[in-house]
Amino acid sequence: MIEAQGLTRYYGDFPALRDATFSVPDGEIVGFLGLNGAGKSTVLKILAGLLLPSAGKVTIDGIDATTQPDVLRRKIGFLPEDPPLYAEMRVAEFLRWVGQLKGRSRSEVNAALPGVLEQCELSDWADVVISDLSHGYKKRVGIAQAIIHKPDLVILDEPISGLDPKQIVEMRKLVRSLTESATVLISSHILSEISLTCQRVFVIHEGRLVMEGSTADLGGESGAGAGLRLGLRGGETEIAKLLSASTVVTTADVETAGDLVMADVTLSGDHREQLIAELVNGGVGIRTVADSVSELEQIFLEFTRTQAVDGRARKKVNA
Amino acid sequence: MARRDLGAYFNSYWGYAVIAAVLVIDGLLFNAFALGDDAKYSSKVIEDFFFWSFGLTAIASVFMTMRVVAEERQTGTIVLIDSSPVAPWQFVGGKYISAMSVMTVLVVSTIYMPALVFVNGKVSYGHLVSGYTGLLLVAAACCALGTLASSVSRSQLVAGVISASTVGFFVLGWMVAKVTDPPLNDLFSYMSFFDRHFRGFGRGQVNTEDVIFYLSVVFVALMLASRFMAARRWR
Repeated sequence: MIEAQGLTRYYGDFPALRDATFSVPDGEIVGFLGLNGAGKSTVLKILAGLLLPSAGKVTIDGIDATTQPDVLRRKIGFLPEDPPLYAEMRVAEFLRWVGQLKGRSRSEVNAALPGVLEQCELSDWADVVISDLSHGYKKRVGIAQAIIHKPDLVILDEPISGLDPKQIVEMRKLVRSLTESATVLISSHILSEISLTCQRVFVIHEGRLVMEGSTADLGGESGAGAGLRLGLRGGETEIAKLLSASTVVTTADVETAGDLVMADVTLSGDHREQLIAELVNGGVGIRTVADSVSELEQIFLEFTRTQAVDGRARKKVNA
Repeated sequence: MARRDLGAYFNSYWGYAVIAAVLVIDGLLFNAFALGDDAKYSSKVIEDFFFWSFGLTAIASVFMTMRVVAEERQTGTIVLIDSSPVAPWQFVGGKYISAMSVMTVLVVSTIYMPALVFVNGKVSYGHLVSGYTGLLLVAAACCALGTLASSVSRSQLVAGVISASTVGFFVLGWMVAKVTDPPLNDLFSYMSFFDRHFRGFGRGQVNTEDVIFYLSVVFVALMLASRFMAARRWR
């Protein structure tokens, strides 16, 4: 169980993190979501024992991170955005070394190594020199070094940055598999990544924890969850009339694009089923339906607008 | 830590390169100046050999240690250390032991030069043991200063400059002592690695005071390096 109380961190006069209070139960996979420079990495570095908070307290399983850092470091695996690898070492040799560095005995590390290599799909690469690996495999080695000592908490800072789409899918699967034995915290500025990987999300904005909940809830809470982009078959004028007559539509932009009529629709709430039913009943063919709110930027824009009204009060959304 | 770092010296060819360069230069200096063209007593040849070897050992130590900690910062691998339950003194000690191991290999590799004197001359084993003890102590002190310089800098180049300046000061302190007034001249003179604390070793004399001096430099430099690492860890 991670308990953070009023975590604050200054870099000089700059407040990178302000009064962050949160808790994470064991075995959960939690994402820290925020724009670049929002304070995500600062939170993770404090939890990983790399930074001392300027104020506040954090405990992991009751162990204070600032008074017993070495005890905690044995229980934590950390992967920064750029994997810390010794390029001249071979994969298995490196993992054995890291395992012992983290306080495990040689026999414990040797026992854990095959399983970790298999979990990270590195078994065929165990004797390869790290500098010869692709970026994706270097990330895997980075995760392997974070779990070789069987930590209770795994912290991954931007684990998918720089990966190609295939590697992202594989990395997602790997990250999810970590929850079998540990609590996992990841950071990202990509909402879709967080939503596909995490059970719960903390949104950080300008150094403040401003929201928590599931990704679906966050979208709904910000008001941005009620937007749709529809690809429709039918006459542009008829479709525009149908949409403007609908009681659930707030705004609608309609334009013809090739064979389809594309409609960007904002709803007064989460009334997607009702809108689709109205369109079908109106004789409109529905070819594509996409959520138009998957962009983090939109959520943040909406959210920062809300902040001005709420006076920076943190919102908690039930997951 | 020391084992991994020792492997890094030889996997990256850095260790080989420094050792090879020093052996070549030392060999040339030995042939040109220690042996020379004029007839000399064997003991004088050995003394001259240790004179030149002293300077090269000090320079090699700078090159050997400039990367030890600064490189970890440059490549980001310092995060591995900082997020591990490793005490700063363990980290610094490991780095130092690996650098000293390579320097020991280097110093011992020069043994073929004084061995050549056996062909046409008469050499005291005690003289050789004394000289090599001195060289290893100089390497130990210079490596410690280099490790300290590497601990306080983010770049290897800056570490090299700081290390070279510091070692240069200790080596050439006796020259500074000649142009300064008391009590500074006594201080500079006492801190001189060569003039005050190595000449005896080169002549075949082991002085306990000199041994203690070099070991004190090692202790203080490594302790400061550990303190720097500990202070920087939580920043």
